[in-house]
Amino acid sequence: MSEATSSAPLPEAAGAPPPVKTARLRTALLYPILAVFTALVIGAILILVTDKAVVNAWLNFFDDPMGTLRLTVQTVGKAYGAMFEGSLNIGGIIRGIGAALRGEGTRQLTIALVPISESLTQSVPYIFAGLAVAFAFQGGLFNIGGEGQMLVGALCSVYIGFKLTGLPWFVHLPLAMLAGMAGGALWAGIVGALKSYTGAHEVINSIMMNWIAIILSSWLLKVGGPMARPDVPVTPPVLPTAWIPRLFDTPGNRFHAGFFLALFAVWLVWWLLYKSTLGFQIRMVGANPKAAKYSGVNVKRLWIIIMAISGSLAGTAGMVQTLGVDRWVGVGFSSGMGFDAIALALLGRNHPVGVLLAALLFGTLKNGATRMQSVAQIPVDIITIVIALVIVFIAAPEIIRALYRLPKTSAEEGPVFTKGWGS
Amino acid sequence: MTATTAPVNTSLGAYAARRERRKTIAYGIFFLLVALAIALLFVRNSAPGMESTFKLNPTTKEKVVPLGDLVLPTQAALIVLAGIVSVIGLYQLVKGFKRAVIVLGIVALLFVFAFLIWAVRGKSINLLGILTFTVAAATPIAFGAMSGVMCERSGVVNIAIEGMMLTGAMVAVVFASISGSLWLGLLGAVISAGLLGVFLAVLAIHFRVDQIIAGTAINIFALGITSFISQRFLQPTPALNSGGVFAKIAIPWLSQIPIIGPVFFNQSIIIYILFATVIAIHFMLFYTRWGLRTRAVGEHPRAADTLGVNVFKIRYINVIIGGMIAGVGGAYFTIGSVGRFDEAITAGKGFIGLAAMIFGRWTPLGAYGASLIFGFSDALQARLQVLGKTQVPIPSEWLLILPYLVTMIVLAGVVGKTVAPAADGKPYIKD
Repeated sequence: MSEATSSAPLPEAAGAPPPVKTARLRTALLYPILAVFTALVIGAILILVTDKAVVNAWLNFFDDPMGTLRLTVQTVGKAYGAMFEGSLNIGGIIRGIGAALRGEGTRQLTIALVPISESLTQSVPYIFAGLAVAFAFQGGLFNIGGEGQMLVGALCSVYIGFKLTGLPWFVHLPLAMLAGMAGGALWAGIVGALKSYTGAHEVINSIMMNWIAIILSSWLLKVGGPMARPDVPVTPPVLPTAWIPRLFDTPGNRFHAGFFLALFAVWLVWWLLYKSTLGFQIRMVGANPKAAKYSGVNVKRLWIIIMAISGSLAGTAGMVQTLGVDRWVGVGFSSGMGFDAIALALLGRNHPVGVLLAALLFGTLKNGATRMQSVAQIPVDIITIVIALVIVFIAAPEIIRALYRLPKTSAEEGPVFTKGWGS
Repeated sequence: MTATTAPVNTSLGAYAARRERRKTIAYGIFFLLVALAIALLFVRNSAPGMESTFKLNPTTKEKVVPLGDLVLPTQAALIVLAGIVSVIGLYQLVKGFKRAVIVLGIVALLFVFAFLIWAVRGKSINLLGILTFTVAAATPIAFGAMSGVMCERSGVVNIAIEGMMLTGAMVAVVFASISGSLWLGLLGAVISAGLLGVFLAVLAIHFRVDQIIAGTAINIFALGITSFISQRFLQPTPALNSGGVFAKIAIPWLSQIPIIGPVFFNQSIIIYILFATVIAIHFMLFYTRWGLRTRAVGEHPRAADTLGVNVFKIRYINVIIGGMIAGVGGAYFTIGSVGRFDEAITAGKGFIGLAAMIFGRWTPLGAYGASLIFGFSDALQARLQVLGKTQVPIPSEWLLILPYLVTMIVLAGVVGKTVAPAADGKPYIKD
């Protein structure tokens, strides 16, 4: 606990000399970019070595060296090209603009915008989940329970969403949203309270709470379960009065107002952490809880607050996905997003803006992977592998340094949050 | 929480005594509440003429000494149980047991027994079947817990157990399918999970990455790679995903013992490997030089280092062996029980293993005991589902929550004290 050997973001030194600052910027940008790049390269290698045609070509490399190389490049190009097209579709957008300029109407353009809108849509829960983990990290706590908090948030919001009838939307929607936030806050707040009052480590309890949430949901959502429809293991649909509105009426475009809520949350978390007294205390506790205690901060109370806020962000991740996109909840709702969020926080160096950028990247990758699966028959799980590798490379920057022969500078410490288990 | 909060002018002894007394009373009240619960929940909801039947013979045709069924008059038995528990509670209130935690265990056992008697009122249930299933369900949990004990005793937190088991599960079935040998499958599982152990060790010990982050990365990686390979190879080519299953082996003599025989000694070879592993870890941890060093490294690496123990070497060895043990546990999911791999087949058993390790207080025997308890809740859940809703009007899923809930309660220090190895999770930096 006391061994916060970390670079846990200390209050920014005001008059830091410029060399350190550029080094810090380099760390903040270069390493994440290299980490993602390296992970994608390893993903490509994985695609190649599991492709029968490519492996066969390489086994008989000398029969047709050029053909082998061409096939290799083509295989990777096809996979990642599909991912690019399925997530951004820049070519399609340019053609659409051209068509609109030629006076052929905007229909082509609106259709071409669907992939990028979907990428942004998929980023929304990532933004909230990433903020949740980053916020807790700033306060020195490891919220590994995003998975459960998201699930509880989704369940609470969907319940209000389909159960309350006859309300106008300006009452119903806020209620459903608040329910999601409160559910997540409660789920994480329990963990925070247990840490404060009994000293039980938040990581173990978060893991336990994850599984409790998963089992509870499988009970609530099983066919005939308390929250499920009688014939299928999903909840009844959310009533339109509790929908987060979608902004385009193109079929297949699910982009919704929750994206702007996410941007607001990024600003809010930034303001809370860096501009408010509470945030200062939180970062102080994160940097050194003992010092914070002796300077008069009520650390135990703060732990509960940090976990509750973090949980409400994770709960919001589940809530926006439910009210904005799915509009019902089924078993297996969050499927690993709570853990991916740890990668987001690490990539974004626990800074809200960094998390935003990382979440946009992940949303794009995930969306593109769906296309990759249908075009190139590469399982979407390749993205899961890439995410795991990103975590490794960010957490162990020495690997990246060694790979790219980067010199070590003083401002570069890994985002290590090392501390003990039991206390 | 600790005695430091005592008023300055009160002697610590008096304070401790008062605290002890309060605790004694709390336990006593809790026991009486349990008795009340048995009376209100179970006795009131059963009728006088009912009988609860527990079958004690295996369902399969095996040569064991046949036992008669245990038939209990439901209500009378429940009243007796409620009586016993309330007597225990009163004694605890008035005089207090020396080791209240053990009494707590007994009370919990009696409560579970009362619950069972009530649940099967007017019907019959095969108790032997439940117990056999318990041992089977506890096996992957226990392998996970042993893996955790190995790693954490040397000071490395391992939450990657789940990922190691998942990888082991897949590699086992693929190796067994290709080679046609279950033993090669098992070997493959051990090697693959051991490699993840190497990976964890390098990240945690060499690069000093936060061990929870490293473990999470391995879990995500394992989930991704196994699902990837499963979709790319196992689903198009089912021949790669049919490795067969280790047959049950009845151990001569031992399997003839009533009840214990069929439950423990007529099982898959992997379960015998588990027994050997548990005993071996217990013996090695507490009776060998290596065990002493491991514990020293886990508690106070600096001191161990000063005395010439190679902290890094011990940690590397333990984490890698821990990975290999998790691999055997993974193999149990496929070539030990169902014979095929499905995505995310481990379904969180690695995390229950982690919980069992904590519940068992980082000791191999305790962790195995905890695994059996968690396995029992699994078995009970499956059986209650069969009994039906009218018989047991509580959702059977709630029983599945128990292991997690129990772990949280234990961690909260309500039941005795759980203390992790002091250096658990902290990387060692040599001066």
